[in-house]
Order: sequence, then C-alpha cells, then structure tokens
Amino acid sequence: MADPARAPLLSEDRAAQLAAEFGLKPEEHERALAILGRQPTLTELGLFSVMWSEHCSYKSSRVWLRELPTKASWVIQGPGENAGVIDIGEGLAAVFKMESHNHPSFIEPYQGAATGVGGILRDVFTMGARPVANLNALRFGSPDNPRTKRILDGVVRGIGGYGNCVGVPTVGGEVNFHPAYDGNPLVNAMTVGIARADRIFTAKATGVGNPVVYVGSKTGRDGIHGATMASAEFSADSEELRPTVQVGDPFTEKLLIEACLELMETDAIVAIQDMGAAGLTSSSVEMAGKGGMGIELDLDAVPQRETGMTAYEMMLSESQERMLMVLHPGREAEAERIFRKWELDFAVIGHLTDTGRIVLRHKGAVEADIPLAPLESEAPLYRRPTTETPKQPTLDAAAIPDPAGIEQALLRLVASPDLCSRRWIWDQYDSMVGGQTARRPGAADAAVVRIEDHARALALTTDVTPRYCQADPETGGAQAVAEAWRNITATGARPLAITDNMNFGNPERPEIMGQFAACIRGMAAACAALDFPVVSGNVSLYNETRGPDGTPRAILPTPAIGGVGVLEDVAQAVGLALPPGLDLVLIGETKGWLGQSLWLREIAGREEGAPPPVDLAAERRVGDFVRTQILARAVHACHDCSDGGLLVAVSEMAMASGIGATLLPAPEGTPEHAHWFGEDQARYVLAVPEAAPLLEAARTAGVPAARLGKSGGEALVLSGGRSISIRSLQEAHEATLPALMAEA
Amino acid sequence: MRAAVVVFPGTNRERDMALALKRAAGGRKPAMLWHGDAELPAGLDLVVLPGGFSYGDYLRCGAMAAQSPIMRAVKAFAERGGHVLGVCNGFQTLCEAGLLPGALLRNASLRFLSMDCHMRVERADTPFTSRFQRGQVFRATMAHGDGNYFADDGTLDRLEDTGLVALRYANPQGETPPEANRNGSARNIAGVLSPNLRVLGVMPHPENQVDPMIDGTDGLPLFESMAASLKAA
Amino acid sequence: MKVRVTVMPKNGVLDPQGKAIGHALGSLGFDGVGEVRAGKVIELDLAETDPQAAKAAAEDMARRLLANAVIESFRVEIA
Repeated sequence: MADPARAPLLSEDRAAQLAAEFGLKPEEHERALAILGRQPTLTELGLFSVMWSEHCSYKSSRVWLRELPTKASWVIQGPGENAGVIDIGEGLAAVFKMESHNHPSFIEPYQGAATGVGGILRDVFTMGARPVANLNALRFGSPDNPRTKRILDGVVRGIGGYGNCVGVPTVGGEVNFHPAYDGNPLVNAMTVGIARADRIFTAKATGVGNPVVYVGSKTGRDGIHGATMASAEFSADSEELRPTVQVGDPFTEKLLIEACLELMETDAIVAIQDMGAAGLTSSSVEMAGKGGMGIELDLDAVPQRETGMTAYEMMLSESQERMLMVLHPGREAEAERIFRKWELDFAVIGHLTDTGRIVLRHKGAVEADIPLAPLESEAPLYRRPTTETPKQPTLDAAAIPDPAGIEQALLRLVASPDLCSRRWIWDQYDSMVGGQTARRPGAADAAVVRIEDHARALALTTDVTPRYCQADPETGGAQAVAEAWRNITATGARPLAITDNMNFGNPERPEIMGQFAACIRGMAAACAALDFPVVSGNVSLYNETRGPDGTPRAILPTPAIGGVGVLEDVAQAVGLALPPGLDLVLIGETKGWLGQSLWLREIAGREEGAPPPVDLAAERRVGDFVRTQILARAVHACHDCSDGGLLVAVSEMAMASGIGATLLPAPEGTPEHAHWFGEDQARYVLAVPEAAPLLEAARTAGVPAARLGKSGGEALVLSGGRSISIRSLQEAHEATLPALMAEA
Repeated sequence: MRAAVVVFPGTNRERDMALALKRAAGGRKPAMLWHGDAELPAGLDLVVLPGGFSYGDYLRCGAMAAQSPIMRAVKAFAERGGHVLGVCNGFQTLCEAGLLPGALLRNASLRFLSMDCHMRVERADTPFTSRFQRGQVFRATMAHGDGNYFADDGTLDRLEDTGLVALRYANPQGETPPEANRNGSARNIAGVLSPNLRVLGVMPHPENQVDPMIDGTDGLPLFESMAASLKAA
Repeated sequence: MKVRVTVMPKNGVLDPQGKAIGHALGSLGFDGVGEVRAGKVIELDLAETDPQAAKAAAEDMARRLLANAVIESFRVEIA
C-alpha cells in the first residue's frame, strides 16, 4: 500500500531513464533502489544522483586521497569539513581551502569565476573565520586561440568583481597558458580566513528537535544539476548549457559574512554549512549525517525567488549566497534579529530527528524519505584501473644547442605567456582592502598578509607546474608541493599546511587515473618530507573535451597546491626586489636541467624530456637554511628559482626594483644556456651585504652555495661584457598581456 | 578628535579606515555607525564615509547610501559646520547626496583599477591637508571601478576658481599628464572640497598607507592633519 | 500598473560603455553604426491604477533616486 501522503513514485522504466540522465550508473541506480526498498520519487532520485556524483562523493578519487598526510601537531581540522584549520599561534587559527569552478567558468567565464570565489569564501566563513585573503590558480588555453582572450577577460573580471565587492583582498595567484586547456580552462579559487582557535564551527549537527534554519538569499532555479554537470565530460553542445549557470551576488555575500560572524559571537549555533554544489541537498544530508542524526525539512518554508518551484527543484537548486544552520533551541529570535538587521532572509525550515532519515515534506506530501547512513556508507567507491605514465628520457643538456644566445633567450622568456608580467590581471584585483597586505602580488614569492591587531602574518601561495606533471606525474606532484613550500620559505615564513585542488581528465581512462595516483604519490612524499600536511582539498575530474575526430583530449594533470605559512612578525618578511650594492648568492645545486624547461619549450621549441628531479631531503635542508638566514635578518631579498631557471629569477628580482646586477660566468663544464635556464629544483637567490659569512654558514650546514654576482647599475651584465638593460627586460615583460588583451 | 565611521550594507573598508583614524588619534578608536541610525552621537568632530560597495554599487555607486537615514543626519552635521571625509564609495555617496558637486562615472578604461597612484596636494590650508606641503606628491592605493570625476565645465571652473580642488592625480614628479590620470577624471581631479573646506571627498585610499609595516606612511599626513585640526577645534 | 523608467547618460557626458559597444559592433562588421549610448531601463510594478498619478510617482522616484541629474536624464512611460 502506498502511503497516501507520499509523492508519486517513478515507474521502473521512468526511474531508470531519469537515473541515466542524471548521471547515475546502472549499478548505482540498483543500489539506490535497494536502500529505499521501493521505487524512488523524482526528488529521491535527484538526491541520490547528486550525492553520488563525482563532485559530492569523490567516488573515483577517495581511495587515493587517503594516502596524503593530513596530520601535524598544528592541524586542528584536516580534510572532511568545509575547510582545513591550522593553529598559527597566539590562540589564532588559519582556515583555508581551494576549490575549482572549471566547468562553469568555461560556460560563462564571469559568473563561473565569480561564483567560484563566492563558494570558497562561504566554505571559510562557515567555519567561523573572517576571510582575509583570496588567491587563485588559473589555466587557460593557447594565447593564440581567440577564445582564450574572452575566457581570460571574463574570469579576471569575475574574480575581481566578486572579491573586490566583498572586500577580501586578492593577494596572489598563478596563471599558465597551454593548448591542453583550450576547451577546459581551470579556475581554482582559494580563501584564507582567521578565526579564534577555540571558536571553530563545523557541520556536525546534534540535538533532537533542534531547529534547522535557512539564511541568505532566496532559492531560484539556478544551476540545477550543476553538481552532476561538473562530473561529466564536456560535449560539443556544452555551450548550450548556459541557463543552468548560477549568478553571484557579492553584495549579499558580504552581508552574509557579517551576519554569520555576528551570530558566531554568540553561542546560538550548533552546526553550520554553506549551500554549495547541490545546495540544500548536500548541506542537509551532510549536517545530519555527520552528527548521526535524522533531519526533517518543510520545503514550503524555504524562501523562494520564483513561483511554482517543486521539491526536486528546491533541493537541487544551486542559488548562491545561502547557508544552512542548526541552532540551539530557543535561539531563533536572536539569530533572526541579526539576519534581519543585515537584510537577509531567515527561515526555520525543519528540525533534527532521531530517525537517521532525511524526510522532505512539500505541499502536504512526503517528497523524500531516505535513510542517511547508507547514502554515505553505500556510496559508490571506485578503485579505477590505472596505467603508469611512461618515463621520459633524461635530456643531455650538452646535446641541445642554443639557437638564440643568452640575451635574446632571456628577453623572449620574460615576455613569454607563462613568465610575462601579470600586472594586467593584478591591476583589476583589490589586493589592499583590509589594510593588512604587507607584500602584494609580485613583491615576494608568497603574499604576506598581517593579522589585524597582531604582528604575526601569513605567507600564502598557489603553485603547480603542469608540464612537469604531464611528463612525470609523481615528480610533478612532489614538485608542486615543494614549490609552494619554497615560495613560503623565501619570504622567511614557516610553511605549515596545504590545500590541494586536483584537476584531471576522465578518471574512467586508466592513463588519467594513473596520472592522478602518481601525482598523489609524489605529493604525499613531499608533504611527509617537508612536514606540510594536506588539510583540505577539492577534486575536479572529467576536464577533457573531444576533438573533431572524437578522441579525448585531457588537460595537463594539474594538482594545484595552496600553501600557508606563518611569520611571527611581519617585519621579518623579505621580498624579491633587488636592492643595489649587495652580493648575490645562489643557494642549492645547479646542474643545468633542461628537460621540460620553459627555455626548451619557448626557445628550442621542444616539449620533452624528464622534468627536473625533486630531492626532498635537499629541498628541506636548503629551505631550512635559507629561512634561518632570513630570520637572522641576514638577507635583504630572496627569490626561488623556478620556471625559466636562474637567470629568469635574477631578472625578476631586478625588474621588481629596476636595479641591475653583474653576474659571474657559468662554471666550467656546464653549457651556458643550461646554467642560466636549467630548472634544477631547491634553489634560491639571496641578496646579502656580504657573501662570505653566508657562504661559510652554508658550508657548515652542508648546503651548496655559490657566489653569483653583485647588484647595482641599470643592466644585467654577463661575462664578456654582454649586457641587457633592465628597462628592456621590463618593457618586454610588461608588454605581453596588455597586447594579448587589447580590446578584450 | 572624536571620529565616527559610517557602515552601510556593502561597505568594506571600514576596518582600514578605523585603523588609520585610531593611529592618527593616539589610539582612540572611532565610533562605528550603522546606516539605519537616524542620529549621530553627540560631540562628534568628524564623520567618515569609508570605501566599499554600499548596496552592491547597484543602480549607481553611492546612490542608495545617499538616501539612507544616517545621511540625513550627516547632511545636518555638515550644515552645522561638521567635518566630513568621504573616501572612494564615500566620495561617490557625498556627490550623490549633494554635499559635493559632480559625479563619479565608470573608469574610462571600463575596468576596475587597483594600483598605486600619486596625488598632488593643491592646498595645504585645510583641516585635511595641513600636514602636507602645497604641491607635495604622495602615493596612495586606488581601487575602484567608478572613479572618473565628472562635472560640467561651469562647475569645474568654479571649483578651480574657488580653490576647491584638494587633490589631483599626478606623476611622482608632480606633473599632471593624462597617463597619471588612470580613471579619466576631469582635470585630473582626485579630491574635492566643500566651500567651507570642511567636507572632503577623495577617490584613492590614503588609509591604506599609514603603517610602515604594511605599505609605507604616505597617507598618514591626511589623518594627522585631521587629528591636529580637530583637536584644536 | 507597470511603469518603465529609462535612464540615459546626458548629452555631453562621456559614455565609455556606449563607446566600447560601438567599437565592438564595428569589429563584428556592423558598418554605419554612429554614436552608441548605453543607459538602463528600470521596470516598476506600482499599486497605483491611475496612469497620470503613476507616471508622476515614477518621475518623483527618478528624480530622487533612479537617475542622477548631474549625469543622467530620464523618461517615464506607462508600460
């Protein structure tokens, strides 16, 4: 006998057909039916499909993600909550996460990027933290592709449009261009917030009868099935998906931040969760599930922007700027007063139960009644087949002729899309709001943001080198983590933890899953060796398009790393701008590794070879040495060597200040172009008043160090009197993006 | 100096402003006022409208803030000779409220501009600029999408003739070429005074340059000027 | 009663948005596009049923908030 108050059940055929449309595999559909013990309603089928989507369930990636180190004495909250939390001293915690908004940004660059920023901000203030910094990691297609310009323009405007309005400074980020991202740009946004270490809020809902409260914007039909869309490959008609894209309202988000933080000053909140992908569904399921509770919602009470919305639409809507909270009993009026003050919607829409089930009522009918435990425990989990990426040969630098000469190569490299000035982008992001940005984009290897009313500061960076990951995913994974650690170290800060944003192609292809697994292996090794655990993260799969002939074309494997470190006193921070009259010292070993270098790609026109090896023990030893020297106030400027190698690193320091340098010749036995442009890892350029004591300290510490030259003048002067003016470097460096984006 | 900072929904540089005022006022924190308040606290020397995106910058920047209850009180305060500073969105709001002439249009480039700029101090005999020298150039952060100052020629001439242009976009040498005027403002105007010199609207953010540990102290004289002038008052 | 308020930049006020649109149309191959001006349209649903009164109310709204007389002109129509 059907319950007369139950919404109609779908017939077998109809349910199977819809399940397929919603992206549920046949075996997953069978499992859902077994949990229900009957046919589903439309709403129930929608719930299963979004909760079991790749986006929400991490079904392809979870077995691998478990291999990542997530613990350290300073980790307060590791992966599994809205964001990771670490102890940064003085009773403070840093709360941070990075998240992708790749597919929406391809379909509608401005709104896709804007709502990406909005979503990651909510993940952070949900936990009780005031957001203090935004960063991003962006990948676009070839600069020659006309679509790249439009997407880049929209993404940059979107990030700025949202971040500038909410008043959170955008302080850092990175951008790469590669044809592999032509149909699949990557937009990874990171937010860092500050909370009191003893006032962290989580999604774990407890207390039978406690009210479930909806706050923020009203619910409309936006983004329905965004979560399942984000889990499917792009097809040629993806550009037709426009109507499902959500629209962001940073003004409302700003009010939501202030209202939530004001309410968090009281003790009214039991649990809180933002409504991100799969909105009301994932927030209610996760809150009740984490607390081992049941939850009953009255959907008639949900604030609605459109008329005639069904239960299915409300549960799957991805309208932005909404949060779900569980309050202590009797605190509703107090909470409502705060949200009304900030002119936001506030509605009690349900309560917690002890049934362990999610029950949804709408217009007198039960639209869904599902046990929560199996929704989680029976969720699909795949250990998909993997194949190893074939190893690339190690290139012999001596066998690669230099077609351009050092000066020409340098001018071309600093103007190349991956190395040129990002000023055109930064100039559209408010990096100063908040009044705590001590090192803005381009001023240091990591952004430095002081904590209000403290001397303490955070050092923040995002990093990954996708071409290394493509050539050797394990080395590339380790390198991404090591570079984040190095960039934080180069400011003098102590690296503490990372968030990861894993962007890959279709996991059902063994070679893609092999890339994923190997990247994780490399990352795990680096995290362990550098005491740099993962505390939060996000996975974005199916980043591929089909070419005209139907062959899949995946992005480069891109495990973007967001790193956070701490300085006890902002006055300790060093930047990269080169002052005059100092000795330049290179710390770390230079072998002249050209495989996968930007020199090889941009100057020799070859994308090949094994990437530079990452010696994690050396990385640690060298980095710890450099940091000690910086904290001893011995270092006036510091910059790591990464893309483009040593001479590009020195040039970047020189361009930042307008001060040149005279450099010693390359050592005997290393081809000159390999010496200057090789991308050996674990290296830093330090500017110090006297080289001798630093070289002596390095010898004592067992760290390779060599005198590099002396700063001063208006040119980089190489051996044999060859000279490149800093002005010509700056002009080449600054011209590229404005020219590319002219009239965008 | 007893200062107050007005917070509208969407204001976002109120904390920056409060830090700058506190630093200049010897550690005395400004009062934070809510847009819905109909009255100002008694005994105020200075009301500041800080930067941000009040009401999301929807309709026109500052248009809805200008209509909020507290702005009636701010207008009355200004009419009684009170000192008012509006920065960025605050400048837009002062123009929308009719406390200063002109309007701020979209930047000529149609892009948000977040960068350093330099401003030349056009007169140093005002409560806001007394700690600067006339002709002095100082650096400030600008961060706005709508900072392109516009007024009709007659109004501009009147402003110039009566010395009410407080600050002009300039290069570090103090010249005022078009390149120094990134948002396209009429006659490079960055800051405008009321006829009694007690209301100042300025587009860039001097409050972001008040701390040697953050980004230098180029903007600090503006706050020290106010603290000195209003202490004596 | 639906009322439509059209707000336009005044003649003589620089309209960079209109200029940019005109430029973009030109680069798309639309020839013969002269000056382009970009304004905004605000639709109001008023309880007032008398067209004259509704129009007067909307004009008052436009003067006080919807348009800025320094830079914009407006026009009110009963939709």
